[in-house]
Amino acid sequence: MGYLLEVKNIVKRFGGLVAVDNVSLGVNPGEVVALLGDNGAGKSTLIKVISGVHSPEEGEILFDGKRVTIETPMDALSMGIETIYQDLALAENLNVYSNIFLGREITKKFAGFIPVLDHNYMHSEAQKVLDTLVIKIPSLRARIKSLSGGQRQAVAISRSLYWKARLLIMDEPTAALGVAQQSQVLELVESLKHRGIGIILISHTMFDVFKVADRIVVLRRGQKVADKKRSDTTPDEIVSYIVGADSVQ
Amino acid sequence: MTDRAKTAGPSATSSFIGRHWAALFLVLEVIVFCIVADGFFTLHTFQLVFIAGIPLFLLAVAETFVIITGGIDLSVGFIFGFGTVVSAKLIVAFQGLGLGDAEAILVGCLATLLIGIIPGYVNGWLVARLRVPPFIATYSMLSVSYGISEILVEGSQAGNLPYLATVVGTSYFAYFIPGRGLSFFSHERVTRGTDVISILPVMVVVVFVIILIFAFVLRNTRFGQHTYAIGGSSDAAVRSGISVKWHLERVYMISSFLATLAGILYTLQYAEGKADAGASYLLDSIVAVVIGGASLYGGVGTIGGTLIGALLLSVLETGLRVLGLPNFTIYVTVGVILIVAVLVDQFLPERTDSYR
Repeated sequence: MGYLLEVKNIVKRFGGLVAVDNVSLGVNPGEVVALLGDNGAGKSTLIKVISGVHSPEEGEILFDGKRVTIETPMDALSMGIETIYQDLALAENLNVYSNIFLGREITKKFAGFIPVLDHNYMHSEAQKVLDTLVIKIPSLRARIKSLSGGQRQAVAISRSLYWKARLLIMDEPTAALGVAQQSQVLELVESLKHRGIGIILISHTMFDVFKVADRIVVLRRGQKVADKKRSDTTPDEIVSYIVGADSVQ
Repeated sequence: MTDRAKTAGPSATSSFIGRHWAALFLVLEVIVFCIVADGFFTLHTFQLVFIAGIPLFLLAVAETFVIITGGIDLSVGFIFGFGTVVSAKLIVAFQGLGLGDAEAILVGCLATLLIGIIPGYVNGWLVARLRVPPFIATYSMLSVSYGISEILVEGSQAGNLPYLATVVGTSYFAYFIPGRGLSFFSHERVTRGTDVISILPVMVVVVFVIILIFAFVLRNTRFGQHTYAIGGSSDAAVRSGISVKWHLERVYMISSFLATLAGILYTLQYAEGKADAGASYLLDSIVAVVIGGASLYGGVGTIGGTLIGALLLSVLETGLRVLGLPNFTIYVTVGVILIVAVLVDQFLPERTDSYR
């Protein structure tokens, strides 16, 4: 089966520091790949390479089996690679649908030639996307400020879905949430997977990883030290890869 | 943060009063002045509130855009002065080049508007590209534009404007002379002592049309939406593909454009250019925006609210003057109202829904 996204031999240096050292990784459609590693292991740098924030010094990126160059975040977005950052990047003073359409607002013509915001259209389109999610939001006119952490996560995810995400990169999606909301978000991840979306999940929580991931990749000091199916490994083994207690090829 | 949404306001009435206190205060203010100040309840005084308020309205609208992005523009007052000086000088200069009065006024005003965008561009460039705090960037611009204006007028005032300038600046749409009927834009010569009732000052109408256009832009367009988004979260705006730097530059350009426009209208009204003409409007314009419900942290505010705030101040000033009270009572009152505005904002439960 062909990978949705494949990165090959990626190298990214910052001055003398090799942040990502010859890492290769593939994600299938409908597969959740968990990316683990200690702080400074290179996880963030790797996803920033994929989402167009950094350009790699060496290596290549294949999307749908074709070689692509991703130089800006817009390049990644237009391919369908959406990234949900830990802070979600939502404008708290705006309502739900305005955030889903932020930067890509839909307009209609006023008086025949002046483009104005089409609130009704954006509202109903946003409703359609949110209806497909597990997490419910009371009103799409609610300001983000008034929503819970899980609901905010749902808004960020619906934004990616509306813009036809094919690969979703999620950075610590459950980090700031209460227990009940954590499991809701994990259910959400599960349902996205069934839609055929490829997901790269960064998490520190071993429980989350073993609940939703199909494959687990561990980075240590910029190098890939493990790439295992979930069924072939255990939390203890993964921890030992992360801290480097086990020496593997 | 999340708990706030669940706790409803104290009661519907008190939160209504809290939310519309500025408008209610304005109505109350007008009623009180009508009762206590002899001569306040006249067409002339009501028109005066608007005529005298022109600079404040324009500067406050300018400030609204900047404050919504989370910045502040301290330079508007002296860019206003710069506008009065440059327009006065240019009109006279174009006249000297042989242009007729009307052409000189038109070309001089348009040229001033173009020049007036420059300080705003520099402000925006400093804030957005070089990450200078808005307070510092615009304060430097305040100083620079004031200095340049004073150099241009050599410590004096710019004058010698054609008579036509004040005709444009002080005309009314209609005049009513009892016994002789209604006429539009100009009236026939009358002997001293004849009553002439002037209706609808042209400048006020022009200003409100311009403000309406900017209110429309802020409320209904993508540009307006992005202005709010940047004030809410600059990071979110960047990652949504909004070119935040260019947007901020444009917002500061709008601000100095409106301040310059206010300066030009001042020149047309008073037939002179004064470097410090706008000194007292700077704080008032910021106060008007805050009374109007905007947050100095950015992301919140409307032109409608700002206009109520500006009107409130303009009525106050005119009313106290009609009462014959000394000028400094205005400062005391404005100070108290500002504190009220901030406190009301602080203790009011936040709105949970939003139409944008």
